[in-house]
Amino acid sequence: MSFLSRTAATSLITLAAASPLQAENLDVRIGYLQWVPDQRPVLSNVIPEPEDAGLRGAELAINDNSTTGKFLGQTYSLQSEVADSEEGAIAAFDAMRENGFDLFVVNAPASTLKALTEKAGDNTLIFNAGAKDDALRTGQCHVNLLHTMPSYSMLTDALGQWLNQRRWDEVFLITGPTEADKGWADAFRRSAKRFGLEIVEDKPWTFDADLRRTASKELPLFTQASDYDAVVVADVRGDFGEYVPFNTWLPRPVVGTQGMSPVTWHRVVESWGAAQLQNRFRELADRDMNSEDYAAWAAIRSIGTAVTDLNSASTVDIRNFLFSDKFQLAAFKGRKVTYRDWNGQLRQPIPLVHPRGLVATAPFEGFLHPNTEMDTLGFDRPESKCRING
Amino acid sequence: MKTLFKQTALAAMIGLSTPALASVAYVSNEKDNTLSVIDTETQEVLETIDVGQRPRGILLSKDYTKLYICASDDDTVQVLDLATRKIVDTLPSGEDPEQFALHPNNKHLYIANEDDAIVTVVDVDTKDVLAQIDVGIEPEGMAVSPDGKWAVNTSETTSMLHWINTETFEIEKNIVVGQRPRHVEFSKDSKIAWASAEIGGTVHIIDVDNLEQIHEMSFKVPGVNQDRVQPVGIELTSDGKYAFVALGPSNHVAVVDAQTYEVLDYLLVGARVWQLDLDKDEKHLYTTNGVSGDVSVIDVEDMKVIKSIKVGRYPWGVVIDPTS
Repeated sequence: MSFLSRTAATSLITLAAASPLQAENLDVRIGYLQWVPDQRPVLSNVIPEPEDAGLRGAELAINDNSTTGKFLGQTYSLQSEVADSEEGAIAAFDAMRENGFDLFVVNAPASTLKALTEKAGDNTLIFNAGAKDDALRTGQCHVNLLHTMPSYSMLTDALGQWLNQRRWDEVFLITGPTEADKGWADAFRRSAKRFGLEIVEDKPWTFDADLRRTASKELPLFTQASDYDAVVVADVRGDFGEYVPFNTWLPRPVVGTQGMSPVTWHRVVESWGAAQLQNRFRELADRDMNSEDYAAWAAIRSIGTAVTDLNSASTVDIRNFLFSDKFQLAAFKGRKVTYRDWNGQLRQPIPLVHPRGLVATAPFEGFLHPNTEMDTLGFDRPESKCRING
Repeated sequence: MKTLFKQTALAAMIGLSTPALASVAYVSNEKDNTLSVIDTETQEVLETIDVGQRPRGILLSKDYTKLYICASDDDTVQVLDLATRKIVDTLPSGEDPEQFALHPNNKHLYIANEDDAIVTVVDVDTKDVLAQIDVGIEPEGMAVSPDGKWAVNTSETTSMLHWINTETFEIEKNIVVGQRPRHVEFSKDSKIAWASAEIGGTVHIIDVDNLEQIHEMSFKVPGVNQDRVQPVGIELTSDGKYAFVALGPSNHVAVVDAQTYEVLDYLLVGARVWQLDLDKDEKHLYTTNGVSGDVSVIDVEDMKVIKSIKVGRYPWGVVIDPTS
C-alpha cells in the first residue's frame, strides 16, 4: 500500500493555489522574548526541560496564523530573542520597539515582565507566557499586559476541585525552598480553604541528601503522620518531587508539581482536536509540546484571531477585540477561551495529568459560578484589585 | 431436538445478518477500529466489522454498493463491499483523512487531510490523485453540492469555508465563519449551505448563488453552560422542513425550522453527540454519541428520543443505507 506523501503528490498533480481576497498586504510583526533564569542543579535531572520551551510554540502559532493569513492577504513574522539575562531581555525589547514592534510575547520571570511593562508605551501589547505569579493578577496588573499562562492559583484550584470531588480532603503538603515553590504552596493553601481540604501536615523540604540513593529510607520517615488521603508536593523546578511517589509512609497518591499535576498543556491531551495540534508541533519541533509552548502559541493565535476579524494590526484595535464579545479562540481544550476583563488572564480549562495519561480536566461539574464555571479557577473578579478595563 | 432447535436459531441469525434483508445503519467507532452495523427495524447491532485504525468519516457510494471509510491513522480510505461486508480495496487519501465527500458523478472523492492542510481529490475508479488543494489549517468538514458544482471544505483552525470549483479544482471563495467550523450540509436544491462552527457555537447559513452568509444561528440549551453548546453534525429533511444540529458536549440535538431558522426544540441524547443521519423514509434520526459510546434514535414525527443502542468506543460517523 503506497501512501501518498505531500511531496510525491506535487510532482504528479497541479497544485491549485488560493488567490488572496485582498490586494493590499498587511504584515503583522510579533516579538518573542525569553529569559529563563538558571534553575540550579536538581536531584532529578534525568529528563531535562527543553531550552526552547515557549519559542517553538510561538513559531507554530506564526505558521498557523500565516496559513489563515494567506487567504486574506495577511502575513505574520516573528522576531525572537532568547536572552541570557534580564538586561539582555530588556535590551532586546528596546531594540525591537525602536524597530517599530508593538506586539510582544514574553516568557520571563515576573520581575523582568514588570520592568518591560514599565518601559512599554501606550500602544504596546504584551502577553505573559511564562510567569505564573498570582501577584501579577491580583494587584500588580498593567493595562497592556495579558496572561496566557495560567496563574499558580488556577492550577492549584484545579487540583483542589479534583481532590474535593474525589473526597480526598486530608492532605500532607511538602514545600520546596524556592520562591516559586512558596508561590505554588501559597496558592494551594488558598485552594485548600476554598474547596474544604484540610492540610494535616505542612512541612518544608529541608533535606539535602542525594535521594537517588536514599529516597526509600528518607521519604517514608518524612511523610509520617497519623493519616492523610494524598501527599501534595510543591517543587516547581523538579528537584526532589519525583522521588516522593511510592516512597510515602502511608500508601497514598502523590499530586501537585509531581505525580498527578495540574498543567497548562501536556502531550497526553488529545481530545477536542488536540491530537492535530500535538502532531503539528511534533513535526515542527521534534519534541512534545509543553505548557510554555502552549502559552506562547495561545498568545500569538489570539493576535491572529483578532487580525483575521479586524484586518488591522493596531494594538488598540486588537486589545479592544480581545476583550469584546466577538473574541473566541478555539484552543483545543474543549471550550472557547476568553480573557478576564479585570486582569487580562486567559480563562482556560486545566488538564490534570500523570506522565502517560490524562486523569481529568477542571473545572468540574458542580462547582458553580454565576458567570462562567471557568472563573472557579484562580482569583475571581471580587478577589482581585485589578480593573484594567476600568 | 435440542440440536435441531439450535440449528434453526442459527440459520435464523445468519438470515438476519444477510445484508439484503435488513435496512442497516453503519457506525464508525473511532477508538475501537470497528464499524457497528445496526438493523434499523429491530434497532439492534447485527454485526461488528474490523476496519482500519481510527475510522472517522464514512459515506456510501451513489449506487449504494460500497461504503468508504476514512481510516485516519492508516492514512488511507478503505472500501467496504456492502454485499459481503468485507474490505475489498483501499484508496490513496493523503495523510490523516478525516472527512470526505463524493461528487454526484460517483467518481471524484474529496478528502480533507487534517494534518497537511490540503484537500485531496481522488478518482475512485482509477485511484488517480486528480488534485491536491491548499486550504487552511486542519481541514475537516467536506461537502459537495447535490448539483455537483461546489466542493466545500471547512478548516478548523483557520475558521473558513473554502469553496472549491469542481471543474478547475481551484478555490474561488473563502468565507470566514465562527471558530472551528466542522461540517457543511447542502439543501437538496443546492441553494443553501449550512455550516456548523463548534467553538463559535454557531451555524452559518450560506446563500450558494451569491456565496454570502444570509443568517447566523446560535443555540441556548436550558440548563447547559453556553460554552458546552458546540454544533457539529447537521442533517436536513428532504422536504425542506427541518434541520437537525448535533450540539456536541451539551448532549442535545437542536430541531430547527429550516425555513425560518428558528430552534423548535432541544432533544436530550447521549454524551457528546457528533454526527447524525436520517433513515430512508426519514422517520427516524440516528445520532452518534462519542463519550457515552452509543447511538440515539429519534422519532422524527414525535420529535422524541425513543432508544439508545450501545455500539463501540467513541462512535464518530453514521450513515444509513436507504436501499437496504
